[in-house]
Amino acid sequence: MSWTPADPMVSINNVHKSFGELKVLNGVSLDVMKGDVICIIGPSGSGKSTLIRCVNALNDIQQGSILVEGQEVNDEKLNKLELRKKVGMVFQQYNLFPHKTALQNVMMAPIKVLKQNKASAKTSARALLKKVRLEGKEDAYPGELSGGQQQRVAIARSLAMQPDVMLFDEVTAALDPETVGEVLQTIKDLAEEGMTCILVTHEMGFAREVADHIYFTDRGVIVEHGPPETFFKNAQDPRTQQFLSQIL
Amino acid sequence: MNKKTDLPVMLPKPVQTPQALSSLSYWHILPLIAAMMIIPSLAFSAAGDELKSPLAVLKNWIPLLLEGFVFNLIISVCAMAVGTAAGTALGLGQISPNNSLRRGSWFVTQFFRNAPWLVLLFFAMFLLPFELSIAGIIIPLPDWFKAIIGLSLPVMANVSEIVRGAIRSLPSGQWEAAESLAYTRRQTLWLVILPQCVKRMLPPWVNLYAILTMATVLASIVGVSEVMTLTGRALAAEGGRPELLAPFYGFVLLLFFAYCYPIARYTLRLEKKFAVIN
Ligand SMILES: Nc1ncnc2c1ncn2[C@@H]1O[C@H](COP(=O)(O)OP(=O)(O)OP(=O)(O)O)[C@@H](O)[C@H]1O
Ligand SMILES: [Mg+2]
Repeated sequence: MSWTPADPMVSINNVHKSFGELKVLNGVSLDVMKGDVICIIGPSGSGKSTLIRCVNALNDIQQGSILVEGQEVNDEKLNKLELRKKVGMVFQQYNLFPHKTALQNVMMAPIKVLKQNKASAKTSARALLKKVRLEGKEDAYPGELSGGQQQRVAIARSLAMQPDVMLFDEVTAALDPETVGEVLQTIKDLAEEGMTCILVTHEMGFAREVADHIYFTDRGVIVEHGPPETFFKNAQDPRTQQFLSQIL
Repeated sequence: MNKKTDLPVMLPKPVQTPQALSSLSYWHILPLIAAMMIIPSLAFSAAGDELKSPLAVLKNWIPLLLEGFVFNLIISVCAMAVGTAAGTALGLGQISPNNSLRRGSWFVTQFFRNAPWLVLLFFAMFLLPFELSIAGIIIPLPDWFKAIIGLSLPVMANVSEIVRGAIRSLPSGQWEAAESLAYTRRQTLWLVILPQCVKRMLPPWVNLYAILTMATVLASIVGVSEVMTLTGRALAAEGGRPELLAPFYGFVLLLFFAYCYPIARYTLRLEKKFAVIN
């Protein structure tokens, strides 16, 4: 019964979620294998953010099952902290801690949560900032960085926890066009290193390039999905076709 | 004139906000108070009596009055410290995920925030025992101690609201980012949320302190030997001469103004500074 790397890393099964009267997810299912990069696209309000926030239990679900490395998320006895050590998340609004420098933002959780020793956490944090091409910005406060730089610090901060899966919720949507590229490049590097990624994005070119699989959601259900080549060329459902024609 | 509570200045009054106070310049207020103190003594010297002039009398009493004022300041600092500690705990209680703790903290906050300070002071005076016996040791509870407790109650309730408001004013993304990094709720509060709140809380907190300092004179009504009580006693000792009232109370006003006005200015500066940052 125990989870092996041959099983899906994240397995979402018939998930239902509503906020009060409003039904946001109406039976969503999808599997993500280790090393997979999947992109979720769809119109605004279709429940994309809600879905990925359920994966790290920022939102709870009313019905269905979400397994992360075999661990059931829809469980009252769930240890949320253990789950969140395995699942990293990056937000549209970066959400860096403004009172801490870039370096402190990255090394704080490893020290406080993973109880790593300070010196080694600092060394790894520096290495991570270098990896996201922010060498020299260690001592800058978030307010002193551009949107793209802040978002890359946020990615480094999440990676510092050495997660097995990364969730990205429209991480380029709040950025100036000229800094979108640097953030996408960072994610692409990660994907190539084999990080398991679940991305919500409106960047179709990027999705086509990095995704192993694309899911199209509308009104809380997955309308259509497939590998990028077939998905973009041969969308079957009229809702998908309409969405793609608007956005491409 | 011997019945102290008949003096208008001793009656509970709505406390001025330093905001209004700080828009005045020193040079508006000082001549006013100076005039209040000097004019009666001029009238007096015109009368050409044998008695010492009011200002000369005041001069003799100044050391004692200053002592009383320092006592006011000690009461204000202690009440602020106690009220801030209790108020922070209460404010955190107001955002607790535990329903009964949250409702309880909310109720206590609202109750003490909407009670007149003088009434709370009386309650503390008459409900607290005059001594405590803990494990056979008798600890006396002097009036000034009870006054500190009484004044710290409204401070606590106001600090509770300041803390709650500051926490609520942070974007929810800060909580979510901390949560998704597997911080516990306690770590989130102490490492992420509260450090960012300090800046937001500082101006209203300093403001509250100025209001509290002015409210310490309420302690005279319950017999604590602070500046108003001593002024009353000094006046009685001088035989209750009416022409002494203005210089003596004018002097007390001056003391409070000299202390609270700079605080009000400082609050304004803080507010401007943080308005720029945010
Ligand atoms: N905490 C909440 N409380 C109530 N309703 C919510 C909450 N979060 C989201 N919703 C609602 O759920 C629906 C789906 O929201 P969600 O954020 O998942 O959409 P989305 O697909 O991510 O949209 P977008 O592309 O605009 O980000 C929306 O109608 C939204 O108003
Ligand atoms: Mg969204």
